[in-house]
Amino acid sequence: MLTLKDILTTQDMIDKRHLDIRTITMGISLLDCVSEDVHICADKIYEKIVRRAENLVKVGEEIEWEFGIPIVNKRISVTPIAIVGNSCNTDSYVPLALAMDRAAETCGVNFIGGFSALVQKGCTKGDWVLMNSIPEALASTKRVCSSVNVGSTKAGINMDAVAKMGQVIKETARLTEKDDGLGCAKLVVFANAVEDNPFMAGAFHGVGEPETVLNVGVSGPGVVYHALQSVKGQPFDVVAETIKKTAFRITRMGQIVGVEASRRLDVPFGIVDLSLAPTPAVGDSVARILEEMGLEVCGTHGTTAALALLNDAVKKGGVMASNHVGGLSGAFIPVSEDEGMIAAAEAGVLTLSKLEAMTCVCSVGLDMIAVPGDTSAETVSAIIADEAAIGMVNSKTTAVRIIPAPGKVVGDRVEMGGLLGSAPVMPVHSESPAEFIARGGRIPAPLQSLKN
Amino acid sequence: MKAVVTVVGEDRVGIIAEVCTHLAAYGVNVLDISQTVMQGYFTMMMVVDTENATVSLAELAKAAEEKGKEMGLSIRLQRADIFKAMHRV
Repeated sequence: MLTLKDILTTQDMIDKRHLDIRTITMGISLLDCVSEDVHICADKIYEKIVRRAENLVKVGEEIEWEFGIPIVNKRISVTPIAIVGNSCNTDSYVPLALAMDRAAETCGVNFIGGFSALVQKGCTKGDWVLMNSIPEALASTKRVCSSVNVGSTKAGINMDAVAKMGQVIKETARLTEKDDGLGCAKLVVFANAVEDNPFMAGAFHGVGEPETVLNVGVSGPGVVYHALQSVKGQPFDVVAETIKKTAFRITRMGQIVGVEASRRLDVPFGIVDLSLAPTPAVGDSVARILEEMGLEVCGTHGTTAALALLNDAVKKGGVMASNHVGGLSGAFIPVSEDEGMIAAAEAGVLTLSKLEAMTCVCSVGLDMIAVPGDTSAETVSAIIADEAAIGMVNSKTTAVRIIPAPGKVVGDRVEMGGLLGSAPVMPVHSESPAEFIARGGRIPAPLQSLKN
Repeated sequence: MKAVVTVVGEDRVGIIAEVCTHLAAYGVNVLDISQTVMQGYFTMMMVVDTENATVSLAELAKAAEEKGKEMGLSIRLQRADIFKAMHRV
């Protein structure tokens, strides 16, 4: 029997604590769109995406009304374009990016992911074409998101690709200079990328996935923060239990919405991604959860331990609430998208080094970080290599989404707008890693035993 | 399908009557009502059956919200299974 208290609790979470479904993302295979002619391939891509996803937004909005919960984003992910485009006789996949952008516009979605390549062990011809096309593709489209997987626990790290991606990020920043390098906010460099991630900018539809699939990303840092306010001063056992219970409720919401959407769209339900995804809104911050555990400012000593507890408890609570859990699942720490992280970075407490340590114990990596415009491509590559190494050794996903904002220096702020928020420009080391990056080749896969 | 209607706002004469009349006009059957006054606010929960409703559930939810605005109250109609999912293992 439902009680008034249960109902009002749910409504309070939605109204005052920013509980929402962050995204329902439809994954679409484009493996049947190949052609030797890039323009025919582009036409096939447009046609297939529009045919499969034409009702996505409409169904999402109906469900929002019926359940009374906001579904903030409806999105699409597709097969990595480096695979789809590999047969094309062309040296640029920009026409394919434009087709994705048009299809996203027709379907009414704000982002489409999958302008991607998986190069952890080496690059095909198509992979090089894709990486070379990224800067122009991101500068000439609004909705297309790109990702490149440069390393994995099983394959090691492709340092040629790492070197290339430093240059790609710099060039993307240059081509989107008038928007403070906004193109880089749509570009992620992964290690151990997952095939069923519903969150942008790193979503793509893996080749092990079905023809179409529906994945759901939930959110709710505000709900967790509020729950922790009621257990002030209590031991960590209580903190962990409180987070688990809250994560369970949040995830159940994602599960019911995902199952309903997949039924109506006649698309198999994939996974719920159990992530705590912050937004720049006050009261929707992961940093503030860590501070609520007793840290004066996020980034001070103790932050890594607090984040480790949070990340683990979210997974433990969420995993029983959904029949299939996947994606990135954990706490996100995107600096520009989190009001508390922005404040901590501006106060100089949250540094790049501390963020790197935090990525060892949380869901992803160095996310939405602005660095000075004069940061060299080699330094960007070296930051990517460090992050990829953490992912490779710890058998987890790590990522770098970094914006070397043209013309900006430490202390400036980069305004991305909307959910992307605004990022304070953070300092990087000025000492050069150029010779390290110039070596190229592959860092061998790590030993999986003798773990110390 | 079962839905939950919640009404929150300043107490006055005739709220239940007006809300029920509104729902009846759409063919929605009221199964259960409980109400209380919390901190001076009238708070009502109704479990309703929308099986024979004349419009879709999304339309019902929109109409309830508009009716709430018209009456100066918060009125919400939501599918009941969301609350069960969240609060029952």
